[in-house]
Amino acid sequence: MIEFITDILIPLAWIVAHCLAIITALLLTLAFAMYMDRKVWAAVQLRRGPNVVGPWGLFQSFADLLKYVFKEPILPAGASIGIYFLAPFITFLLAIAAWAVVPVNLGWAVADINAGVLYLFAVSSLMVYGVLMGGWASNSKYAFLGALRSAAQMVSYEVSLGFVIITVLLLAGSLNLTDIVLAQQDMWFCIPLLPMFVVFFISALAETNRPPFDLPEAESELVAGFMVEYSSTPFLLFMIGELAAVILMCALMTILFLGGWLPPIDIYPLNAVPGWLWFFAKLFVLFFFFAMVKAMVPRYRYDQLMRLGWKVFLPLSLFYVIATATVLTVIQQGILI
Amino acid sequence: MILEAVAFYFFAGVCVTSALAVIIARNPVRSVLFLILSFCSAAALFILLGAEFLGLILIVVYVGAVAVLFLFVVMMLDIDFTELRSGLLNYLPVGALVGFILLIELILVFLITLTPGTTTPKAPSPPLHTTPNTNAIGEILYTDYFFLFQIAGVILLVAMIGAIVLTLRPPVQRKGLPPAEQIARSPSDSVETRDLVSRRGA
Repeated sequence: MIEFITDILIPLAWIVAHCLAIITALLLTLAFAMYMDRKVWAAVQLRRGPNVVGPWGLFQSFADLLKYVFKEPILPAGASIGIYFLAPFITFLLAIAAWAVVPVNLGWAVADINAGVLYLFAVSSLMVYGVLMGGWASNSKYAFLGALRSAAQMVSYEVSLGFVIITVLLLAGSLNLTDIVLAQQDMWFCIPLLPMFVVFFISALAETNRPPFDLPEAESELVAGFMVEYSSTPFLLFMIGELAAVILMCALMTILFLGGWLPPIDIYPLNAVPGWLWFFAKLFVLFFFFAMVKAMVPRYRYDQLMRLGWKVFLPLSLFYVIATATVLTVIQQGILI
Repeated sequence: MILEAVAFYFFAGVCVTSALAVIIARNPVRSVLFLILSFCSAAALFILLGAEFLGLILIVVYVGAVAVLFLFVVMMLDIDFTELRSGLLNYLPVGALVGFILLIELILVFLITLTPGTTTPKAPSPPLHTTPNTNAIGEILYTDYFFLFQIAGVILLVAMIGAIVLTLRPPVQRKGLPPAEQIARSPSDSVETRDLVSRRGA
């Protein structure tokens, strides 16, 4: 019995406590990221943005949460109930689950697994199911069209995302996220891989259905895309899931290109700052760019989106994979040096 | 150990049940969704065995790409299911036969490999705690099985080119808008300013 407690219950409780801590921190971050998104957007359009709830409107997200939760969930006629309610849960669950492997600081990841990058890539490739299931189960033309668009878009941009990740892996020589960050101690990967950083940023916009690639939502033509029929908590779960995916992409870019928790230069006042602060600073700078793009860039047309993904980014990233591999081989063989 | 056993039986149970549900489900979209669940639990089984690379690749490739296209097509098709279902009993013997042959093959393979001294694997897998299995697979693929791996790649390339050739329509029939033409347009050749007199029109 004692063995059962020490061997199973205590590690299990430890894991659960870890997960709860991560989820709480993540949801709090998301609440303020949402606020920041709206504030930046408002500032660009010369509005004030949320400014009523709490000081400077800081608690707006919490007010929204209460509002969504207390509304009535409406079930469209002819919807398949099981799949209809499963879809937002899957979106939310995946967006949260991905954070299990993200190292915020040295050794801070809940699960420091060997194939961390692959895990993140797998989870983000599953995100499309929430959209597809939601769109199909709603039994509505607009929702269905939005879901189809979104699925095609996410699958297309995943290909170039994958190739960009491969270039980073070639440089780091490991699939482990902690090792990738540690490999950037001398130089952040965004310097040798600057074009790939840009490709990754734009692909991340498309992968998370953010403007200018928010065609699945396209209010002008599809009302609100795959989530037209959703209201109340299921809608909230979709929103949180999407925002968590955006933050996850920012975190992924921080880890892959901007040296994770490492300071820009390893000198005294900079390396005294705790690593997680650097991590979140980089993450929010990237998120600021996401918000600015949302505010400033007009929406793409669908064929332009597909053309950009398949005819521009895919060849470019494929070329860069080959170029990186060649350069690495040349350096390792000692031909140039 | 107990946790592992519990996890194994859970995932194996989900895998088998959802595989059954694939052929039982009334609705094709539900069938595909159950297929995806089955893939995911198979991936979980791989991860339990310590083969995290295979498990995650299974999710990325099959669930993240192949099954999405599956779902896509099934959602778009207008299939009459009652008609499709009616042939179930006719196909049952064939399916049972295929399943039986697979079972016998599996039993044979296990009988041969599990009997000590009968075979020696060409590339024994290194211990899991010293080499991450991503590295192990890479080392085997790019040394012992290099040519087979390249041939597999060439076959995939041929299949891809074949698919493109089969679906490519000549430029005349294509309905896309050439981006170069769109960019080359200027306001001077598409917009005209006119002074209009009221109630007379252009």
